[in-house]
Amino acid sequence: MKNEALYNYVLHMGDDSLVLGQRLGEWCGHGPILEEDIAMTNISLDLIGQAMSLLDYAAEIERQGKDHDALAYLRFENQYRNVLLVEQPNGDFADTMMRQFLFDAFRKPLYEKLTASSDAQIAAIAEKSLKETRYHLKHTSEWIIRLGDGTDESHDRAQKALDNLWRYTNELFYETEEAKSLVMAGIVPPMSEIKILWKQTVEAVFTEATLVIPTNNWQFEGGRRGVHSEHLGYLLAELQYMQRAYPNMKW
Amino acid sequence: MKTMDLQELEKRFQEKIDKEIKIEPNDWMPDEYRKTLIRQISQHAHSEIVGMLPEGNWITRAPNLRRKAVLLAKVQDEAGHGLYLYSSVETLGADREATIDDLHSGKAKYSSIFNYPAVTWADIGTIGWLVDGAAIMNQVALCRCSYGPYARGMVKICKEESFHQRQGYESLVTLCNGTPEQKAMAQDAMNRFWWPALMMFGPSDDESPNSAQSMKWKIKRFSNDELRQSFVDATVPQAEILGLTIPDPNLKWNEATGHYDFSPINWDEFWQVVNGNGPCNKERIEARKKAKENGMWVREAATAYAAKRSMKKTA
Repeated sequence: MKNEALYNYVLHMGDDSLVLGQRLGEWCGHGPILEEDIAMTNISLDLIGQAMSLLDYAAEIERQGKDHDALAYLRFENQYRNVLLVEQPNGDFADTMMRQFLFDAFRKPLYEKLTASSDAQIAAIAEKSLKETRYHLKHTSEWIIRLGDGTDESHDRAQKALDNLWRYTNELFYETEEAKSLVMAGIVPPMSEIKILWKQTVEAVFTEATLVIPTNNWQFEGGRRGVHSEHLGYLLAELQYMQRAYPNMKW
Repeated sequence: MKTMDLQELEKRFQEKIDKEIKIEPNDWMPDEYRKTLIRQISQHAHSEIVGMLPEGNWITRAPNLRRKAVLLAKVQDEAGHGLYLYSSVETLGADREATIDDLHSGKAKYSSIFNYPAVTWADIGTIGWLVDGAAIMNQVALCRCSYGPYARGMVKICKEESFHQRQGYESLVTLCNGTPEQKAMAQDAMNRFWWPALMMFGPSDDESPNSAQSMKWKIKRFSNDELRQSFVDATVPQAEILGLTIPDPNLKWNEATGHYDFSPINWDEFWQVVNGNGPCNKERIEARKKAKENGMWVREAATAYAAKRSMKKTA
């Protein structure tokens, strides 16, 4: 492999997009309003598109003759590098929007910085994905505010979602030793910078939404190292079903 | 209104229709014309929305990422079609939520094809090819419907439907050129969807009481049987290219008529499914009701927030 650190970095980004896109796809046909059904399907589609670009690039770096599908469909659970946040179940609409908002608020500054990457392929993927992610963040910010500052019920549901998901947020900024070499080379930004920007966004939105960041700040991590929650196995069972049941076929 | 006036209005209305002048929302129209359109367009909208379910069912299991993306895009289009169509219904003075409640209560119908299950991946390609193919036959004719908003909506919808039909066919080409298991999967889907697809055109002309009036008003341009025949004629050669057998021993080219002959349709099955006894009627309606019920608090929140915002603005 040409560059294992770069491979892992691109792979974990691809896995975040893939798993979250898969999760959102579960909503299709069941959204609370038709307009939202369209919006969630659209975000899912964008994420799957990003996963294809990122996993193709990971496969190219790996030089094992794979493509995005080989990486998306044919790895074992502990080989996926997505954060625990994105594999959490959809729950209700507040849970889904909160998960998406916390992620979008992280992805937007990350893509912004990556557009200046010294790696031309990463910069190009970031450029395209940033346009999509700006819309996603706008959409989810508006919903978090609407739910938080809507009715008592929607406020409680949004607060509960935040209380449940907050413990998965620190993992977004997980930085491996090998990733530090990529930072040195100007390929990726330091996660400390992204965290500052993320915090600004989420605090501003939560203030407007009248939501309170939980005081219990116990944080989970593991996904970036391949140690996942029980939820991922079921998600992969559906995702991989056709490829596992009918191996080596073209679709 | 005096009887004479009404007759005069009806006469002028029919003259416009005969001259191919589109009827627009604020134009005078007979009550029955309005009612027929509300019924037809809302049923069409419901079909788009219910139709998302059998396909949406396969999004998480699509066999590769490209197919997953295409299917997401397609189902998203269906939701968009539903939106245009509900908007068209609203131009006739009907309420979107009220028409949706009619769907949930069973008062309003939707295309009975969506009461059949999508059990294999080949069903997804087959739905695109046969179901969207049949829908296009109907919808291309509707682009010339006398009611302006419906006709214009149909132009955009048809463009997307034709992409759907092609992606479905292309997906089946891949299966039919694949392994024996894949080919068998495609044939099995064909066996299950062929007859329900033919039923999509509705009852035979002699059993379709509203058709004559709809033709006169140019809501419909072709009869159910004419459209069904066009569909069979267009589809048989496509099945031959795929190497799939159409499950009808009597299907054969008729030199004299210039059309394919085919077996009579099992109308008993058709009416059973329309009246609620199809394999998935219950699941489809339950899923739609559940989406509405589970979404109630979300819609309430959006309304409450909008009210707070406008209060702040005026304050």
